[in-house]
This record gives sequence, C-alpha cells and structure tokens, in this order.
Amino acid sequence: MTGLACDTIRVRLGDRPVLGGVTLAFRPGEVAAIVGPNGAGKSTLLTCLAGLCPPDSGGVSLEGRSLSSLPDRERARVIGYLPQTPEIAWRLDVHTFVRLGRTAYRGVFGESPEDAAAIDRALVATRMNAFADRDVTTLSGGERARALIARALAGEPRWLLADEPLTGLDLGHQLDAAALLRAVAKAGTGVVVTLHDLAFAARVADRIIVMAQGRIRADGAPHQALAPDVLADAYGVDARWIDATSGPVLDIIGRHA
Amino acid sequence: MTTARQSDLKLNLALLALLFILSGLSIIAGRVWIPLDHLGDADDARWLIITQLRIPRTLLGLAVGAALGLSGAVLQGYTRNPLADPGVLGVSSMAALGAVLTIYLNLTTPWILPACAMAGAALGIVLLILVAGPAGEAVGFLLAGVILTTLATSGVELALSLAPNPWAASEITSWIMGSLADRSIAEVRLAGPFIIVGGAILLATGPALDALTLGEIGARALGVSLRRTQIMIALGVGLSCGAAVAVTGVIGFVGLIVPHLLRRVVGASPSRLLIPSALAGADLLLAADILVRLMRGANELHVGVAMTVLGAPLFLALLISMRRRLA
Repeated sequence: MTGLACDTIRVRLGDRPVLGGVTLAFRPGEVAAIVGPNGAGKSTLLTCLAGLCPPDSGGVSLEGRSLSSLPDRERARVIGYLPQTPEIAWRLDVHTFVRLGRTAYRGVFGESPEDAAAIDRALVATRMNAFADRDVTTLSGGERARALIARALAGEPRWLLADEPLTGLDLGHQLDAAALLRAVAKAGTGVVVTLHDLAFAARVADRIIVMAQGRIRADGAPHQALAPDVLADAYGVDARWIDATSGPVLDIIGRHA
Repeated sequence: MTTARQSDLKLNLALLALLFILSGLSIIAGRVWIPLDHLGDADDARWLIITQLRIPRTLLGLAVGAALGLSGAVLQGYTRNPLADPGVLGVSSMAALGAVLTIYLNLTTPWILPACAMAGAALGIVLLILVAGPAGEAVGFLLAGVILTTLATSGVELALSLAPNPWAASEITSWIMGSLADRSIAEVRLAGPFIIVGGAILLATGPALDALTLGEIGARALGVSLRRTQIMIALGVGLSCGAAVAVTGVIGFVGLIVPHLLRRVVGASPSRLLIPSALAGADLLLAADILVRLMRGANELHVGVAMTVLGAPLFLALLISMRRRLA
C-alpha cells in the first residue's frame, strides 16, 4: 500500500468511544479535508495519523510500513503535524521558531547547510522572510498562521497534517492560508486538514471526509461528500448546493426537522 | 545563524573570563587576606589556608554554582516556566533529605551520603513529573514543588532532631541553608565527577528542550521522545544537584536568577541558555561566597541565606509580571 493509511482504527477515551473503526487511505499531492460536527473525532483521527496517539486497535501505515514501528525521528521527518492550539512557550524570533521544524534532522554538530536552505525555502514559501527577526508571540493571526506552516514546511515533510489551520483567521487570511496549503500539495506533499467551515472545505479540498460520532459518513469529491442527505445525517442540518459565479455554494437552510 | 553562534561564544568567553577573576579573588579574599606577592610561598603559614581551604572552597563553589545554574536552565526549559529552579521545586530539599537520612540511620560508608542525596534529587524530579503530569502547567509544577520542599524540609528537621546528635539545630540550618565554608579537597573529589557527568547529560537535552517550546504534543510531533527527555533530566539533575547538595546543603535561587538574567542577552531559546547558565551559575555563587566571607559578623553568613535574600524578591517580581501577562 502506498501513502498514508489507517485500517479500522478504534480509540476510546475513558468510557467514550472516540473513533469506532476508521479506514482511510490518503494520496500525496492531494488536499483532503476532514469535517464533521464537534466531538466527531476529527482531531483524534489526525493525531492517530500523525503517529502521536496509538489506536486501541487497528493500525496506521506509512508507505506500507506500520507507523508505530518507525523510530520517532524518522516519523517526524516524514510527517509534519500542526496542533489545533499551538503552544509557543518562549518569545522566539521567527527564524529560530521555524528552525524548530528541523529538530528531527539536527545532529550533534548543530545546523547543516541543508537545514539552513530548508529554513530559507520555508520562509520564502510562506512569505515570512521579511519577518525572520520578529518575535513570533507578537505576530498577528495571519502572520502567526504562516509562521506555523513555515515551521512545518521547514521539516520538508511528505505529509502535512494540520488541525484546524484556518480557525481564528479572517476571510482574507483564510484564503491566503488555504492557497498556501494548496501550493504545498501541488508540490507533491500530501495534505490532510480538519476544517470547521464546510463552504471553505469545499473550496480548498480535493477530497472531503465527513465524520460523525467517530465514524466516516461520506468520503469523496466536495459536493458529492457534502450531499444534502449526508449533512442532514451528520450535522442535523438541512442544506443544498446552489450554483454561484464562484462555483457551487452551500446554502444552509436550517435545523433538520 | 552564525552571528548568533558568534555572540554566544563572546558571552561564554566573557563569563569564563569573569570566572577566572572571581576564582583568583576567591583564593585571596577572606578574613585572612593573602597578598599576591606571597602566593606560592610555601614557608608562609597562609599558604596552608590557600591549599587546604581556599582552593577547595573555590573549586567547590565553581562546580556547585555551575550545577545549580545548568539545572535551573534545564528545569525552566522543561517546565516552560521561568520560575523553575532546583531549590524552588524542592529537588534540592529532597537531596538534603536523602543525605540526612543516612546520618539518621547512622550509615557511615563514605559514598552512601552523596549516593542517597543523588537518589533523593532524582526521586524529587520523578515525583514532580508524576504530580504535575507530563503536560504539567506552570502552576502545577510550582505547587508540586512547594509541597515537595515543605515535606522534605520537615523530613530533614525530623531526622536530625531524632538522631542522637548534640549539634542538631546547627546541622539542620546548614543543610537547609547551604554553605561553602570549611570544605576540603575531599568534598571536591566526591562531588566533582558526578557534577561533570550529570552536567554532560543535561547539556544533551538542549534540542528536546527547544522542541518543547511547542508544548508536549508539538515536541513529540518533531520526533522528541518525552520519556527519554524526562529520564535524562532526572538523571542529570539527580547527579549534579544531588552531588552539589551532598557537599554544601541546599543553595536555592541560583538556577532561578541566572537563566532569567541571561535570557535578556541570549534570547529565550532554551538550548542556547544551557552553557551560559552553567558558567554564570559558577560566577554568581563564587561572587556571593566572596561577599559572604567579607561580611563582618560573629558568625559567617551561610551563602544559602545570601542567595535566598537575593533570589526571593526576584521570584516575587517574576510572579507578579507573569500574573500580569496571564491576566
């Protein structure tokens, strides 16, 4: 099997089943968005895929190898992960912050020329090179989102998993960040994100996975996956697709009767 | 960045130069001043003071200060909390308890006291991690530290009071408020190797501490093993602080003051603070010890008291500024 895949993974948190047997396979070069109501298990699924939460049963595989058998450093070089509420404990400058993305490459002799080049490429790709000396804790929301993505890109991962990367950003910066994720995928990286905003998900992703109560309800191209019956079932919401000049738009009618 | 590395090197060289000056001062200064032209005069009775007292005291101050400064920088990096310090978090008190228990139990094998002090310090770290949790928040660690300090300090008092020892009261004070006075080369030999080994282990935690800037899950995503980092910190702090406390008693706040001051110069990156913190810790403790020797009083002030007088107000100021930031 190629790519990143999970096979009937189950996770329980205490008595509550969070993931109830999820099977998925992701392809590189594609943006896949996981959506679903609160508590659907999206974040847990993403941490499992990142190898940070061993499932109670089932397994995650990376290019045919079991993810749990991979050494931590090797896994970290292949999979970049952005948590939902990223903690930044110290007031680091952006360059130092982005350099943390090279941790899994860092040897005893400190930074290599490859490290420096990868950091520069990440800063350029996210247009953060002008901010390299700024304190990362004082950046605006949009700049901060770019710095976080730059940190992940500095590790040159083949897979980028981001938990709600657009949350808290205004519309313009959401579009910027989404375009950045699309560009990352176009360069060959597999991108898996969890998203709240369905209209945005439909716009950003090549593929949408709808989850509810720890299971997959739909999986496919955006308005195929976000079909009215799926939304009624997963969210309890009536909605329909309308053709607009920018493409199909999701029209939310109201609570499902 | 090379410029950053160059400025780090400059700072370390400056701290090292200061260390040489302070070491020189520490050898000649005290109740008995030794003029420079009499240094090395084996016939002078004061030469005995230098070789038997001042040189061991200086070496011990160097090693213990470096151990405390480095441990403080590592604990601050791990807890992501500028208020962490082996003294504040009760690790040093646990080491003192370990040492004192051997006195209470009348275990007299020469290596047993430092061994128990190191075990106490390592146990202190393990308890902190267990009580505050691996993702322990700043406040959780401090509260766990307060409890640990209180328990261990009471344990020290209890053990020394119950031991058949006429000098219990003064012994209690010198364990809780450590001192460098009247130490010999034997103590240097005893503690030195463990401080060096523990320090080397602590220096190796640098990349993991940097990654922990992103929190526990962020660090794990970068390939850092939390378990391995915790074991290294327990070992490194256990060996270096445990050995330090075994020969001097508890000296607090060195590990709090030093990284705090250096952060303004080298920035907040935890790994870049480690070597400067070890050097500046040695500087600070030597300077404090020289001052303590020069103060006139019936009894020489314990250097542990002096550090607390310096450190406690800084702790308070840091706490107030943190509350303002969190509010």
